[in-house]
Amino acid sequence: MSTAMKTAGFSSSRRLLLWSGIVALCAWVIVPIYLVAIGALGGRTGVYQWPKTGLPTGLSIEPFLLFLKTEGVVQSFLNSLGAAGITVTLSILLGAPAGYALARYTFPGKDGYRLLVLLTRAFPLAILALPLTVSFIRLGLYDTIVGVGLIHTVLALPFAALVTQGIFLGVPRELEEAAWVFGCTRIQAFFKVVVPLALPGIVATAVFAFVISWNEVFAASVLTVRNRTLTAYLLTVLSESPMHYRFAGGLLLILPSVIFIFAVRRYLFAIWGISSK
Amino acid sequence: MTNDRPWLPYALILPSVAFLALLFVVPLVQTVWLALSENGAPSLANIRTMAGDINFARSVQNTFLLALAVIPVQIAIALAMGTLVSKIGAGRETILWIWTIPLGISDLAAGMVWLAILQNTGYLNSLLFGLGLIERQTAWLTYQTPVALFIGIAIAEIWRGTAIVMVIIVAGLNQVPKEFREAAEVFGAGPWTRFWRITLPLIRPALQSALILRTVLAFEVFAVVYALGGRNFPVLVGEAYAWQNQNQNYGVAAAYAVLIMVISLAATLVYLKIVKVDPERLP
Amino acid sequence: MANIVIDRIRKAFGAFEALKEVSLTINDGEFVSLLGPSGCGKTTLLRIIAGLETATAGDIRIGDRSIIGLPPKERGLAMVFQNYAVFPHMTVYENVAFGLRMQKADEARVKKQVEKAAGLLHIEPYLDRYPNKLSGGQRQRVAVARALAVEPKVLLMDEPLSNLDALLRLEMRTELKTVLQAAGTTTIYVTHDQTEAMGLSDRIAVMHGGVVEQVGDPVEIYNHPATRFVGGFIGNPPMNFITVPVERGHVAAGAEQLSVPQGAGDSVVLGLRGEAVALVPREAGLEMQVRVAEPMGSHLLLTGSIQGQPARVVLPPSEAVRSGDVIGLRPDRNRITWLSPESGKSYPPSAA
Repeated sequence: MSTAMKTAGFSSSRRLLLWSGIVALCAWVIVPIYLVAIGALGGRTGVYQWPKTGLPTGLSIEPFLLFLKTEGVVQSFLNSLGAAGITVTLSILLGAPAGYALARYTFPGKDGYRLLVLLTRAFPLAILALPLTVSFIRLGLYDTIVGVGLIHTVLALPFAALVTQGIFLGVPRELEEAAWVFGCTRIQAFFKVVVPLALPGIVATAVFAFVISWNEVFAASVLTVRNRTLTAYLLTVLSESPMHYRFAGGLLLILPSVIFIFAVRRYLFAIWGISSK
Repeated sequence: MTNDRPWLPYALILPSVAFLALLFVVPLVQTVWLALSENGAPSLANIRTMAGDINFARSVQNTFLLALAVIPVQIAIALAMGTLVSKIGAGRETILWIWTIPLGISDLAAGMVWLAILQNTGYLNSLLFGLGLIERQTAWLTYQTPVALFIGIAIAEIWRGTAIVMVIIVAGLNQVPKEFREAAEVFGAGPWTRFWRITLPLIRPALQSALILRTVLAFEVFAVVYALGGRNFPVLVGEAYAWQNQNQNYGVAAAYAVLIMVISLAATLVYLKIVKVDPERLP
Repeated sequence: MANIVIDRIRKAFGAFEALKEVSLTINDGEFVSLLGPSGCGKTTLLRIIAGLETATAGDIRIGDRSIIGLPPKERGLAMVFQNYAVFPHMTVYENVAFGLRMQKADEARVKKQVEKAAGLLHIEPYLDRYPNKLSGGQRQRVAVARALAVEPKVLLMDEPLSNLDALLRLEMRTELKTVLQAAGTTTIYVTHDQTEAMGLSDRIAVMHGGVVEQVGDPVEIYNHPATRFVGGFIGNPPMNFITVPVERGHVAAGAEQLSVPQGAGDSVVLGLRGEAVALVPREAGLEMQVRVAEPMGSHLLLTGSIQGQPARVVLPPSEAVRSGDVIGLRPDRNRITWLSPESGKSYPPSAA
């Protein structure tokens, strides 16, 4: 009896320890975001309030809207969307066929291709924007959204190829073969059987490609002057902006990608399980 | 799958190969050439300019120190997260989602988030003031407080970059059948032994790729530093950016780029060597 | 007419020869099993017939039409896959209707055929469900119904029962036989399970190492294996092979003299089914040292050795033999298979 109680006491104190660890780590992630949100919505007065309470008082959407109306913000937001859109489209269009080939065929050169893809991971890819400046100027791609989208695709494409490989591996080959036997051409079988089953994973991959582009600072800053993406814009105006504008900018950067990550949360671990192989 | 069309896989990978050749391999070669040439002739002038720059030694030192400070902490926190979350049933999904939020946050945004906390009238000072530890607003992010600035940047990096490590490690842990740990427990291994002797060796592949990924990213650190400290805390990529955009000297910028690549590649090779993954010893 | 002629089919994967000139003719409406251990080439052969794999050389004709080189959809056949390959994103109805819809059949015919196939396999209650809500046995039925709904000339089945538990396997086996007998479809059935092959087939082709070792009806294959491999692979316990010396055209089995076929050399292999023996006094027959005696209820299984070579025999359960005994066995003359010790092939059953 007393042993049982001791065990119960022991395990409940361990559970307490476990949960306080979990709660602390959750707070560690969430509290800073909460604080920057207060900063963004508190306006100029909020920034210079001293000492701060950390409570959500004196908040209004006005300062954030004011920030959005600042010249260049909306445009750079749209530019970021554009570059991310190009990145998503290109990395899926180029990466998914490669992923399919890796998943379904053994062919000479397969290992070489995988090596090329994995090699990109050992390089700080955004740095490649430096020499590209010259060629992009020559090609008329410098300071364009397409140019930024292209270099962001270099970041997202290897990822997309590896992840879609895993996704296509998850669609049993027999399903495709069954479709052939029952009267489909290869292309019909791909669209009737493989695509519907792979779609959720491909969407998740696309979301990641979006986030990769959305968050990239260095290449976007190097390759643009007037057609800034949001990150490039914020980086350049950083030093001359008032504090609450910086916080508003931070919040604006955080919101879309957090929403997207939430949308694909079910696939996060499967995808990284795959891509880290 | 039938192999009556041997060209098919090549047709499928060709677009991505062409793309990577044009926008990965070519610029890679260009970078190296830019760095190691001057006016079209091979030269070490850019390297010399880089090495002679007043910020060079500090940026190398800062980048390395930052990587050394940040990566072990991130791995440790990620392992702790993975271990904690494996012990709970209900709520697991929600908690994992919360922990992955920083995955969607750019380093620039992370810098701004921590700026809100660490600036003069920020929350850290408010807290310290409330606790009576400081009497007036203290500056943490200036040239005069290099240690505080370093710690601030490290914390922001840890805050943002742990999520990716955690996701890779949890994905790795998910692939380790719990029977292994249970078997070890039956044979009398305590929790500590189980972790070191069973779990850790089995997630080597995940650990290896997390280390490689994080290290490459750590040497790319830039925006978070810039948001918090401006150029008060020089790092390698920041110098490359300054040489490219402000000084318009592409050669020296490329020299920095080559340096960063060499370090990243070396780190990757070191990890591949040290954290050996022997497929025959994995389930 | 849907007879199938497999004509000297070869398949090489690099240096490895999976099929070495396999020829086989399957008559219209016949049920033929390809039986053999894993890696014998039986699944490769089936996939070549289906068009999922390309043969290195050889020809296959269905009716009188060569189908080599045609894509699977133009071969007029249906297939049941080992892991069913039931489309998870379609309802059971859509799955069964899939082949018909691809043939652009009108909806009335689709409905009629789906209902007919569903009725045969008792899956009407699940037509609106998705496969992941079904058990393995039910998915298996869906896969078979999908194949039958198109009324194929030829039905290919790749180990269709191997993923089911033992009880369900037995039940499905009986049911498959009923359904396929009624449909009269030419069927090629790949399996490594001899009882399945024996129970279902009109004829069995036993394969080993990329070669068809023997083709014949189940009883023939059981009683007169063409090779040592076939005898050892078929039957439980497998056939015993005792190498014995030949003296003047005869082999001595205790008091008995067994005559050996023409052409045998100094020694011959005596192939003996475990149950084709009778218990006799020790001196009167072949002497067997019994190492383990296992009473199985329906029979008594003895494991030991005859002339120093491992042997397993089956006796009626009433016989009183225990582990460690030495007994005499009289082989049933009509059920002996004589094999050449060199080639492993059996001598043709003769009047001798």
